[in-house]
Amino acid sequence: MDTATKPQQIRLSTTPSRADLEALKIGDIVYLDGLIYTAREGVYKKVIEEGADLPLDLPAESAVNFHCSPAATVNPDGSFNMGAVTATASFRFSKWIGPWIERSGARIIIGKGGMTSKDYREHFVPNGAVYLTTVGYGTGALLGRGIKQVKAVHWNKELGLAQAMWVIEAANMGPFIVDGDLAGNSLFERENARIAANLDKVYEGTRPAVLRRFGETDDRTDEVIG
Amino acid sequence: MIAIETIQETAERLMEKAAIEIPEDYLDGLRTMANTEDGDLSSFVLQAMLENYEAAKQDRRAMCGDTGCPRWYVKMGNEARIEGGPIALEAALRRATAKSTNEIPLRPNRVHPLWRTDHDNNVGIGAPEIEYGFEPDGEWIDLVTVHKGGLFGTDYRMLFPSDGVEGIKRFFLDSLVAFGKRGLACQPAIIGIGLGGSKDTCMVLGKRAACLRTVGSRNSDARIAAMEDEFKALGNSIGMGAMGFVGKSMVVDCNIEVGYCHTGGMQMSVHAFCLSSRRAVARIHGDGRVEYRTDPDWFTDYQRRESVEWTPPQSLSKSA
Ligand code: SF4
Repeated sequence: MDTATKPQQIRLSTTPSRADLEALKIGDIVYLDGLIYTAREGVYKKVIEEGADLPLDLPAESAVNFHCSPAATVNPDGSFNMGAVTATASFRFSKWIGPWIERSGARIIIGKGGMTSKDYREHFVPNGAVYLTTVGYGTGALLGRGIKQVKAVHWNKELGLAQAMWVIEAANMGPFIVDGDLAGNSLFERENARIAANLDKVYEGTRPAVLRRFGETDDRTDEVIG
Repeated sequence: MIAIETIQETAERLMEKAAIEIPEDYLDGLRTMANTEDGDLSSFVLQAMLENYEAAKQDRRAMCGDTGCPRWYVKMGNEARIEGGPIALEAALRRATAKSTNEIPLRPNRVHPLWRTDHDNNVGIGAPEIEYGFEPDGEWIDLVTVHKGGLFGTDYRMLFPSDGVEGIKRFFLDSLVAFGKRGLACQPAIIGIGLGGSKDTCMVLGKRAACLRTVGSRNSDARIAAMEDEFKALGNSIGMGAMGFVGKSMVVDCNIEVGYCHTGGMQMSVHAFCLSSRRAVARIHGDGRVEYRTDPDWFTDYQRRESVEWTPPQSLSKSA
């Protein structure tokens, strides 16, 4: 639990067992093998709000949803050219993540920056799902190396390449870091709390702006000059 | 006369170099941080990044899956002449952007803000941005491409003279703490600060400070240079490292650029050029020679000139 202990490194299937996931602790480093699909707001809207059928058998084929838009193109012959892959910030998908996990049976959500521990407790823990964050976050080339092949792309016509659902085969793809475990802990929130302890000292010798902004006061009858 | 074909070919090459090869100055800065970082998780992240840059170069693959927003800075010597003029130049840069997006490949990021129309090539209304600068002598043009990432990490605030340096520090820290959490700014970053100008020019100055100056460069005004050192140290004292984990790797360097502003104001902008600080530069000479480099060398004495007429500095040491 302490930052002094070296993070442990784990290889995991993309259709993991409950026991596999229970063994994960926040801060662990994970590499994945198996099928992974990308899905973000475009796919969520389509499936959850418009009721579209899932284009593959989830979670049997894959229980891993990557919040990602790869740098990829579809060649004229229908084959794919995939370069780097980098996650996109997950907190924006909070409103869809509960229904999505239920619908897709996802057990691992991968993205950038984690979600809140509230999301973990409400949507992840009850469905036995964990959250892995990408590293950096710019490790697109390393992650790109972990892709053995692109299996398919769905809805690229309607949604565009960035929002399309890409199905990729991962081989020792990583590194990822466990942010949300099955107990609903958040690594980022733990780190934030540790850093917060130091902030008053860092802010010494600064002072608030003479002109405030709404948002710094939520009372709209307040004057913003301060 | 510079041939338009040379411009397009060079621009394509630059797109590829920027996307794949991390500039040496940033890499050195990051290595230094990796050597001194003692937060375990933050250290792990920095090591992974260093491996990532290697992987990108070996595989000739983009270092980050997020292309950011590719843009162009064009600087022209006063005697430069371009085949077809500025219209042909802009078309060549747009073609190069589209073609490279497809060929490298880069992720097409650019969409219409309302209709989300996506041409899948990073070209559209106002995209890529093309900005210009001029220099007194020379028949060359410098092409600079910057693939600036980061929806997070940039902010603007109207400060006033009475806010003073304490107010500047506060807004600097606020920006880093806000966007550094969970590593949303993809730090350690080159932090660019714009001071003065008007709201729009303040943003432009800050962005150029982040994207067009190298790690280790210092403002020619000695007092501003001292602030750059101080702010870098301040940012790294927050206690936050890569990905917002406990650590001290937040600011690879801090660059400040200023512009004269309204006497009543003190505009300030903060910009973070992320772990994928992608920039590539080429000078195309009048005779068609092309030289590649990574330092845009944008902020020359001419760009920072203060007086009505331009008089070249007599000596290398600037008047204080
Ligand atoms: S901010 Fe930079 S490193 Fe992070 S995802 Fe965007 S382009 Fe990549």
